[in-house]
Amino acid sequence: MTTEELKALKVDLSIDARGTACPGPLLAAKKAIGEIESGDIMEVLSADEGTKSDIPRWCGKIGHEYLGFYDEDSFSRLFLRKE
Amino acid sequence: MPNDLEAQVQMLEKQMKKMQANQQNDQLSIVVFSGDLDKVLAAMIIATGARAMDMEVKLFFTFWGTAMLRDKKKNPKGKDFISKMFGMMLPKGSKQLKLSQMHMCGMGTAMIRDLMKKKHVASLEEMIATAAELGVEINICQMSMDLMGFKKEEMIDYPNLKYVGVGSYLADAGESRVQLFI
Repeated sequence: MTTEELKALKVDLSIDARGTACPGPLLAAKKAIGEIESGDIMEVLSADEGTKSDIPRWCGKIGHEYLGFYDEDSFSRLFLRKE
Repeated sequence: MPNDLEAQVQMLEKQMKKMQANQQNDQLSIVVFSGDLDKVLAAMIIATGARAMDMEVKLFFTFWGTAMLRDKKKNPKGKDFISKMFGMMLPKGSKQLKLSQMHMCGMGTAMIRDLMKKKHVASLEEMIATAAELGVEINICQMSMDLMGFKKEEMIDYPNLKYVGVGSYLADAGESRVQLFI
């Protein structure tokens, strides 16, 4: 998805993992995914660069659809749709 | 009816993707944690050997291992005091690595390097170049970089170099039939 498409998404749950380093954001995502329904969209905020590679790999393994990310000033927003 | 079929195909495609992501391949994954010359040599010999055996190879450099991937010629700006100190104390590039045993103020390490040359064993630097040529993937732990204050600008030029987190390592390791921690 392009940045514009990502920005236009209706996010069902946004989790802020900016205060944690690897593997914090991944653990936060794992914990929060249980709170949403299948097909819902979750956004993960992370200041850890490694998250950009970890979340897509995690999605691939579990079966969630990874939608993409875009950068803000000092962090990134990553998007996925629950399986 | 055609709609139903489409949905089924989509579902199957999804399942296939997931299965592929969880499948073990003819792939080697090594965690290079150590920054000791002898241990890194072992890792590089196994990695290049595995490429010769037609295996995919993914190296995950973390903690002490990260320092050897710095380029001696590159001097990044804008580091804080502690990062500078760390940068000074840790080896800058593969040539500054020490043996884990018998370093003897550098004598032992110099001797081993000399012996390797005499016995026609490729040097660590040659092995890194070979690994690059063979398509060995190097993944660097982003958190180690942050922790030690290393910057991307100071790392070696390597064709398959990425900065990742522990999740990526685990995904790689899960797809690998052989996993090592050095």
